[in-house]
Amino acid sequence: MEIKNIVENITINIDGQDVDVPKGTNIIEAVKMVGKGKEVPHYCYHPKLSIAGNCRMCMVEMGMPMRDRATGEAILDDDGTQKIGWMPKPTIGCATNAAPGMHIRTNSEMVKESRNGVTEFLLINHPLDCPICDQAGECRLQEFSAEHGRGYSRFTEEKNVKPKRTKLGPRVTLDDERCILCSRCVRFSKEIANDDVLGFVDRGTYSTLTCYPGKELEHNYSLNTVDICPVGALTSTDFRFKMRVWFLKRTHSICTESSVGANTEIWSREGKIYRVTPRRNDAVNDTWMTDSGRGLFKSIDADDRLTHYTIDGVHKTPTQAAVAAAELLKAGDAALIGSAHSSVEEQFYYKAIADRSSAKVALVSHYDSADGILQSEDRTPNLRGALVTGLIDSLPEAELSAIAREINSGAVKTLFVVNEDVTKLGIPADALSQVKVIYVGTHANETSQGAAVVLPSLSVFEKDGTFINQSFRLQRFKAAVPGPSGVTSDFSVLEQVAASLNDEKPAAITIDVAWEYIAKSISQFEDSLRWRGIPDEGLALDAKAFLDIPFVETKNLKFDPVAFKEAHATPAGA
Amino acid sequence: MAIQEQRLIFKHIDEPGYTNDIDCYIKHGGYEQLKKAVTMKPEDICAEVLESGVRGRGGAGFPAGMKWKFLDRKSGKPIYLVCNCDESEPGTFKDREIVHQDPHQLIEGMMCSAFAIQAKLAFIYIRGEFFQGYKILERAIEEAREKNLLGDNILGSGYSCDIIVHRGAGAYICGEETGLIESIEGNRANPRIKPPYFPAALGLYQCPTIVNNVETLCDVKHIIELGGKGFAQIGTPGNTGTRIWCVSGHVEKPGYYEFPCSAVTLGQLIYDVCGGLKPGRKLKAVIPGGSSAKILRADERFTGKLKDGTEFDWGIEDIPMDFDSLMAVGSMSGSGGVIVMDDSTDMVEALANINYFYAHESCGQCTPCREGVPWMRKVTQRMVDGEAREEDADLLKNIADQIAGRTICAFGEAASWPVQSFIAKFKDEFVQKAREQAARRKEGKAAATKTTLI
Ligand SMILES: Cc1cc2nc3c(=O)[nH]c(=O)nc-3n(C[C@H](O)[C@H](O)[C@H](O)COP(=O)(O)O)c2cc1C
Ligand code: SF4
Ligand code: SF4
Ligand code: FES
Repeated sequence: MEIKNIVENITINIDGQDVDVPKGTNIIEAVKMVGKGKEVPHYCYHPKLSIAGNCRMCMVEMGMPMRDRATGEAILDDDGTQKIGWMPKPTIGCATNAAPGMHIRTNSEMVKESRNGVTEFLLINHPLDCPICDQAGECRLQEFSAEHGRGYSRFTEEKNVKPKRTKLGPRVTLDDERCILCSRCVRFSKEIANDDVLGFVDRGTYSTLTCYPGKELEHNYSLNTVDICPVGALTSTDFRFKMRVWFLKRTHSICTESSVGANTEIWSREGKIYRVTPRRNDAVNDTWMTDSGRGLFKSIDADDRLTHYTIDGVHKTPTQAAVAAAELLKAGDAALIGSAHSSVEEQFYYKAIADRSSAKVALVSHYDSADGILQSEDRTPNLRGALVTGLIDSLPEAELSAIAREINSGAVKTLFVVNEDVTKLGIPADALSQVKVIYVGTHANETSQGAAVVLPSLSVFEKDGTFINQSFRLQRFKAAVPGPSGVTSDFSVLEQVAASLNDEKPAAITIDVAWEYIAKSISQFEDSLRWRGIPDEGLALDAKAFLDIPFVETKNLKFDPVAFKEAHATPAGA
Repeated sequence: MAIQEQRLIFKHIDEPGYTNDIDCYIKHGGYEQLKKAVTMKPEDICAEVLESGVRGRGGAGFPAGMKWKFLDRKSGKPIYLVCNCDESEPGTFKDREIVHQDPHQLIEGMMCSAFAIQAKLAFIYIRGEFFQGYKILERAIEEAREKNLLGDNILGSGYSCDIIVHRGAGAYICGEETGLIESIEGNRANPRIKPPYFPAALGLYQCPTIVNNVETLCDVKHIIELGGKGFAQIGTPGNTGTRIWCVSGHVEKPGYYEFPCSAVTLGQLIYDVCGGLKPGRKLKAVIPGGSSAKILRADERFTGKLKDGTEFDWGIEDIPMDFDSLMAVGSMSGSGGVIVMDDSTDMVEALANINYFYAHESCGQCTPCREGVPWMRKVTQRMVDGEAREEDADLLKNIADQIAGRTICAFGEAASWPVQSFIAKFKDEFVQKAREQAARRKEGKAAATKTTLI
């Protein structure tokens, strides 16, 4: 259920074609709406930042229908159509808002000539070092210069010299000679990251981007400046010189850092991830993500990664380990410590396993302070999934001392732990030693070390699945790279555990086979919904059943809990 | 025989015995117009200013009364009045004299204007280098406040308004009205994009703001005195009031001279008023409105039609000194800075000098100006340094064409017009420069001759 504002549509004419656009749309966006890849080239404009109008690349010709000043009547052309009064000078598309009857030319001689002029100007002091520049392949200056440049230089004077390789902060490196002074990074830091650290010093052609004296570009969103820098001025210190971008495969994913669920893109080659960048989703993260979220992929190569299915420390096949886990559960008196890091699919299976083994279920909360932007209080990606799948029906506790007491009293004899190190969560090692532990997780910890059965699990980068974020949006992620060799997808191993509990033969499971079951048994999903059918921008679920749960998230960039509750409390269509 | 000046704004400038304190000002009839103004209805004063036809003296010549009409009064936000005293256009030196010698005239003009537009607060943005002027204004404002001519409940009228003097940030671009507003707000003087930031709607602190030049605001005082109609009788229709012409360059008596609009021709101004050129020199060119105005060539014929339809056919000396005539001949009266050049002037050097200024002063925000203007400077510098090429003239014109009309603020035009007009009118000299240098080089001599450039 999306809340739609009623925006008036108006008709404007772009290059002779009438186009309906929402009133107030700027010309860059309006031209995009024409489709067919039509675009007004631009540098400084960014849909999520204030308008600066400084690059002058987006110039178009603009005209309005003419009216007689005195009578207000339309002035007609010979053919009876209303005459268009064209402005004598080009105007910038980014700061021109569509008005009824407006006429726009995006490719007239005047427009082409202005664009070519701007392109020439941007190149005269540019170092032209594309062969050693990381931005090559995704550089707007390179692209537009190929399209709008003259191919040779009329500039025979000496180029400006500016600072190179400046460390702006822990993660961002600046080459001032490449900077086209578009101020996107400045505006981003001020308007989105709320940390006004960047600015220009000196004047005119000597204008130089720099940090406020004594400060660094160190906020947790600093790498977004690298993403939006249209040229190679700002580069990621981590990604610099690692790989040409055109060699990289891009996979859609979801950031697991918090319940915001920022949409991301994983850039990989031959099974290795090189970087993670945000993917635009206006309902979730706009075009941004945290620096910390981008670094999460590094843990997949950690030394303590679990890579083998084991029973009492001895390597086994997945099936052997799954059967062993089922046997332990069948003995009864089990408890399952689930995880809000698991995908919806996995949580569905944990729920089935808990039901079939009559295990009690507990989850642990992972709360921390929020930044009000894209890092929410709940530092797990899928708490809503645990609720929707019915794995839990209320918010998780902060720790597990209740389970510890049951272990001590003998009421719990088997502990199925997903992702958590319970020794840090109120179940001391001596209590843990009294129970049989089944451990599912990506990395080793004190809990996994003494476990009877270990089922290694794939990370979000290595598997397909879905999460449900803070606003009950079902979002899909895809495997970008293969997991450790021999480790199979979590839900197929869990299917084996669940089947063994019922003494059935496990079904050969693909994610969409799993979804046949999931969609059928969970009311929030349409029966026909399959993983493959989930749109790229996610699917807003009906949250009515969960509105009374006191979730911890406070207002952040795209989510306002109060407004969310109000919007979802009213019946659809009202 | 010298033509007699008719001074209105400069009436007391350089008058022996006239001092810049309030007592002297009041002795000469000062603040009578403010006393009158606060008894009038604000909208009536606005109507008088509109009727007077007074046009802005800061450069663009936009009718002040019309500008005031554009004020967004519906927003409910406070209205601000800003006096532009950044006077940085090369060749202009009038506002400083007003501030130094007759500051109370400005204050009275400002308070009349502030009352008329019902401003909540007024500012004088004074060029940073004018430190003396700043101190004079501070003292004058204190004097006026003591006499209740500004501050709370001015002259018992119930209207309150104060003036804050803000020292400029030492750059030419601070004089551009939206850059000036940014500067008052404490930011770099980066001009704002229009739309949406028209000062009359979204000006200082995003509130409706009127920015007027020092001289324009002084005119308002005289409009109250003479009435709109009376003021309009000075000069000609569409070119009302007086103008202060700041004449510099190769004349015998450079200086400021005030005349009703159209009262003198350019020839009279140079030969009669300023005592003509240096002995044995001939007039070569004139920049009539500050260095950004397009240059006029002495041997040109100017023909065309005026706004009212009358045809004209003028030599340079026949051009009447007013807004419309100078516009009609393809230049502008701008800030009133008349720069006279005789036949000793090397046009390439002159342009190199102007380019140096504009390249130094560009704020650097928008691409065409930031990159194009310094490029033009580098070209003209290279030309005077002995590396001129015949094709440089075309290159210069082409760069200028790529700047004008494509920038955030009018600085783009201010920097391109000199280049465009110098090349249009003196291209032969630019080409000649290259040929001469080539010839000298062939003879084994240094290509560059000694220059007078900074
Ligand atoms: C680059 C640039 C510099 C300017 N400098 C000044 C200045 O120093 N003083 C001034 O009064 N106006 C200056 N102006 C004009 C102002 O923007 C503005 O138009 C003027 O102050 C309005 O006052 P007026 O209407 O009374 O002339 C400048 C304009 C530009 C584009
Ligand atoms: S560093 Fe990049 S984003 Fe920042 S102003 Fe320069 S070109 Fe623009
Ligand atoms: S035209 Fe020049 S001075 Fe004006 S905003 Fe652009 S760069 Fe700055
Ligand atoms: S995109 Fe419009 S001026 Fe830069």
